[in-house]
Amino acid sequence: MFDPARPHRCSPQVAVRPEPFGALVYHFGTRKLSFLKTPQLVDVVSGLEQHPDVNAALAAAGVEDGQRPAYLRALAGLAANGTIEERP
Amino acid sequence: MKLVEHFQYGLNSPICLTWELTYACNLACVHCLSSSGRRDPRELTTAEAKSVIDELQRMQVFYVNIGGGEPTVRSDFWELLDYAVSHDVGVKFSTNGIKLDKARAAQLAATDYVDVQISLDGATAEVNDHVRGPGSYATAIRALENLAEAGFGQPKISVVMTRQNVDQLDEFKAIADKFGAQLRITRLRPSGRGADVWDELHPTAAQQRQLYDWLVARGDGVLTGDSFFHLSAYGEALPGLNLCGAGRVVCLIDPVGDVYACPFAIHENFLAGNVRSPGGFQEVWRGSELFAELRQPQTGGACRSCGFYDSCQGGCMAAKFFTGLPLDGPDPECVRGFGEQALAARGTDTVIPKSDVDHSRRTAPRGGRGPVPVTIGMRPDRACDESPLAGLQV
Repeated sequence: MFDPARPHRCSPQVAVRPEPFGALVYHFGTRKLSFLKTPQLVDVVSGLEQHPDVNAALAAAGVEDGQRPAYLRALAGLAANGTIEERP
Repeated sequence: MKLVEHFQYGLNSPICLTWELTYACNLACVHCLSSSGRRDPRELTTAEAKSVIDELQRMQVFYVNIGGGEPTVRSDFWELLDYAVSHDVGVKFSTNGIKLDKARAAQLAATDYVDVQISLDGATAEVNDHVRGPGSYATAIRALENLAEAGFGQPKISVVMTRQNVDQLDEFKAIADKFGAQLRITRLRPSGRGADVWDELHPTAAQQRQLYDWLVARGDGVLTGDSFFHLSAYGEALPGLNLCGAGRVVCLIDPVGDVYACPFAIHENFLAGNVRSPGGFQEVWRGSELFAELRQPQTGGACRSCGFYDSCQGGCMAAKFFTGLPLDGPDPECVRGFGEQALAARGTDTVIPKSDVDHSRRTAPRGGRGPVPVTIGMRPDRACDESPLAGLQV
């Protein structure tokens, strides 16, 4: 279960390819493509590793309060498909 | 802006790249998109092919669809496959199965990151061999048996839908289930030798409806390579991008390194450059004038006033081009019938473009397997029934 209060990271099996809309994400394990649909979401995902939890990564990327629920939903989806995971 | 709208302006690297390794083929399918048969002496060398793979790795092209021709007849095929996989470029290759004996099947079963797609255009030998040549059904089934026996996980069975096999959809599904394979169906294009047989083999309007209804009812888990987006105008959009991806998210590298906007458009009008030129593939993808043009928003032309334009986007550029229809008008298989009207209205002075890239064999293949004795033109297989963004969730 995705818990934004826990430390997370981008999966080591994932590659992030920058694109004009944000980024394309490829998971070498599941061989699935997914999309980070805004540059800010790319910042959040790549910043996860540097922050104690997801909430801090959201704040560091400057995600506004009104946008937080949408970003948390997107991140929960990324956790479910293995793009991001809890840091050991 | 929705993601799909971003896609129309193009990406930094392709998502769906088809790479045909050779024009050589042991078969001579009547509908071959790339008019394959004979090897071209200018084909990329092993070293050149490896440097293309290096470049794809740098550009983060995470997988390629390899075809031909019959790619496995290249003697360095297995070497290139290993090289790609070990450089983070996954491979799905299309084959008629000729080289997939028990040993190769076992080797593939032990390799991660490789997908195999066996071409089969009839659920019975009679229907298949009519299009793909005598013995080709047996070859494909033997390859599927070998893969299943070796424990290869879920190969794909790729079917080009024709007037003769639309009625066999359930049987294709049964064959796929029997071999633990996934069914993939794609659209017959009037490209390559396909132009010679398209009038005779493309599904009738009633069959298109039948195909659409089958996909809606039973198409769960069936791949389409996004190839039937022109049918979305029947109602429910089919899964996929529903956008022509040519030069935007899709392109083709042919055996001599020429880069075309899509696998169905091997013609000088859609030639963007060559991977051997300075700057390589990346320069072609990012800098070609043709691709810049294709990344402009489509205007819709004659289709603009149609209420279904949003769902079908005017259909397939290559299908229009190779039937002599204007690119900004209806698809020849427009579900509202405008394509048929446009085809009927072609004048005697209409020039139907023909590719001058043709590697069809001039004589029968060795072993006495001549072209199939049918009334239609001639044939193939290939790799490039690839379509944009198959199976993508966007």
